[in-house]
Amino acid sequence: MNFSPTTSLSKSIKITGGRLIDPASDHDALADIYIADGLVQEISPAGSKNAKPADITIDASGKWVLPGAVDLCARVREPGEEYKGTIHTETKAAAAGGITHLCCPPDTQPVIDSAAVAALIQERAHQSGYAQVLPIGAMTQGLQGSQLSEMHSLHSAGCVGVSQLRRAVKDNRVLLRCLEYAATFNLTVFFQSVDLSLQGDGIVHESFTSTRLGLPGIPRSAETVALARDLLLVEQTGVTAHFGQLSCARSVELIASAQQRGLPVTADIAAHQLLFTEKSVDGFNSQFHVNPPFRSESDQRALINALQSGVISTITSDHQPHETAAKSAPFSATEAGISAIETLLTSTYKLVSDGVLTPLQWVSCLTNAPANIINFDAGKVAINTTANISIFDPNTEWTLAPELLHSEGKNTPLLNHTIMGQNHATICQGRLVYQLT
Amino acid sequence: MSLAIPPHLLQLNETGHLKHFLTTENLSHELLTEILDTAESFSSVGQQAVKKVPLLRGKTVVNLFFEASTRTRTTFELAAKRLSADVLNINISASATSKGESLMDMLWNLEAMDSDMFIVRHQDSGAPHFIASQVCPDVAIINAGDGRHAHPTQAMLDMYTIRKHKGDFKNLKVAIVGDITHSRVARSQVHALNGLQTGEVRVIGPKTLIPYDMESLGAKVFYNMEQGLKDVDVVIMLRLQKERMNSALLPSEHEFYRLYGLTSEKLAFAKPDAIVMHPGPINRGVEIETAVADGPQSVILKQVNYGIAVRMAVLSMAMSGQTATLSNLTTSGEQGA
Repeated sequence: MNFSPTTSLSKSIKITGGRLIDPASDHDALADIYIADGLVQEISPAGSKNAKPADITIDASGKWVLPGAVDLCARVREPGEEYKGTIHTETKAAAAGGITHLCCPPDTQPVIDSAAVAALIQERAHQSGYAQVLPIGAMTQGLQGSQLSEMHSLHSAGCVGVSQLRRAVKDNRVLLRCLEYAATFNLTVFFQSVDLSLQGDGIVHESFTSTRLGLPGIPRSAETVALARDLLLVEQTGVTAHFGQLSCARSVELIASAQQRGLPVTADIAAHQLLFTEKSVDGFNSQFHVNPPFRSESDQRALINALQSGVISTITSDHQPHETAAKSAPFSATEAGISAIETLLTSTYKLVSDGVLTPLQWVSCLTNAPANIINFDAGKVAINTTANISIFDPNTEWTLAPELLHSEGKNTPLLNHTIMGQNHATICQGRLVYQLT
Repeated sequence: MSLAIPPHLLQLNETGHLKHFLTTENLSHELLTEILDTAESFSSVGQQAVKKVPLLRGKTVVNLFFEASTRTRTTFELAAKRLSADVLNINISASATSKGESLMDMLWNLEAMDSDMFIVRHQDSGAPHFIASQVCPDVAIINAGDGRHAHPTQAMLDMYTIRKHKGDFKNLKVAIVGDITHSRVARSQVHALNGLQTGEVRVIGPKTLIPYDMESLGAKVFYNMEQGLKDVDVVIMLRLQKERMNSALLPSEHEFYRLYGLTSEKLAFAKPDAIVMHPGPINRGVEIETAVADGPQSVILKQVNYGIAVRMAVLSMAMSGQTATLSNLTTSGEQGA
């Protein structure tokens, strides 16, 4: 495997014979692409004769050429939890997975509640040069839930939105004020709706499995009650809202009805919700400890239907790398989360091979749809725009061995599983940052 | 990955014998009966002049209690000593091992001292399973109660008690009353009763104390005490923790007692010869009336006595299953010390 940061010298790149799938322009056909000075200079039908010389030529025949993926939720753990991962390791993992842009939630230490922290993260990512990190600012100071953060400064410092994550807000009045303030400056609020009192000491989906295993359950209402409240306040304030990591069928209905009423509301799900259900926790395997928890098969079906209908437009990795010890304990003493950034494309490609999504729909969920949510110029392949591209091989079958993961976190239930489809090369900001050799 | 193997499979060796004892779930009728029969054979050891048999001589058994317990720990200790094992008692406060890493370190240290068996009580569901699958697979692990998940030896001593007084399980109706949600004892009892093909298993309590989809676990749910106790042969009362009032699960001890406390009047709904059981310690006047707890139908104190024989059975069976597994793995010349 070869990595090369974006800080290296710009070289011209030619990608020949690949199937270019670009949902933003509704393009799905074989094409040759010529990149120079960091920009896409030419897109021509495959085999066109105007052969310009290039420093690097990539033969993409048999492969898919996609816009670099945009991940709306990925922890890089820096600053503050470098023993779990660093901007360097996690952006490298992103590059290996075909992701060129990732949004980093504000629960770093210190929290992203000041322009300085937001700037530091972007600067570190720039120095590493494997992927662009777009911070999401804290909606309240220190994520403490009582005082508004300097949202405007955060936005000016590069934050693509603000969020309280799954942390408590003191009361509904504070939440209302936060949304009003964010709406003043057209900031997008990223919700991860949860009623913490209904979640209680819950750790897995409340179900027959939780009863059997004696693990405290999290009822669906922990998500839906909070989501219903959040949507009502979004309606009242008119703020642009994005709801992340939904897990329940009823949540899909609530989002759909808000969208039908014309509210500026979008939603995503974490890739792993498409792969597993609550039954996976049988055997107390802590790799399946996630929050929100894996829910029932009928919830999973509703989430997949929502991707097909477009109610949910985006799939995120919800990448949470952990050190080994964080998962080596009795189930309820382990930390939640999956190291998922490197498997975002490959694990969700299953939706295409199973015929659930068309290639264009699948690529859209990972590229232009999330780019539109953060209103960021990415997630597309177009002439005279910065070249951010992933070259994906849908025909390679490979086994996810721990040594193949570039993330510090090896905590994934997909470990040692055989997966179909693999990212072959990644171009970020016009540079070939990753190539599988 | 061994991690994904559910407890009921992890606890058996290749020949289907116990090598750990983690749960009563999915144990065969045969194996459950074998435990009860083995316990029966140990029941007279306590009456002998020398209260010892040499089955675990030379073995080191560690009582590893991450949660306070007097009764369970003591009966395990007595059981191991009557089997001639060397017994080490370790009580660990939860705070000392709040990090998983130090829990693993401590276990590895104990394993390095050539321990043969860990008897584990832990506040987290699945902790003994974690130790058996991830930390010390070559040590026999006995679950002495994990979170809300399982308390299999308590359930087996309850089965022993029922068989002793009622004989065959097939025609029995058994009711478990009280806080089912937080009870590892109730879960293990339901599994064991079903494994022994009990006629009807019931649980009785308010909705706040009955877990989700309890019916699928194999118990008929009753919210009304009189209806639930109607014609039962065995009444098992569970201890009600006082903190349940503070977490808004119940209004008061008084109302709980009025609705679900076992009084002579309510017991009259059961069969006239029904027995009354309780895993202890008893809250008199909260879940059970003193007259019933000390009355002729109560077998509560006998349960404690049976506990030693049942634990002797489980310890000896798991140790022999684990030894058989280990000697199969090692070359024939090598012998475990």
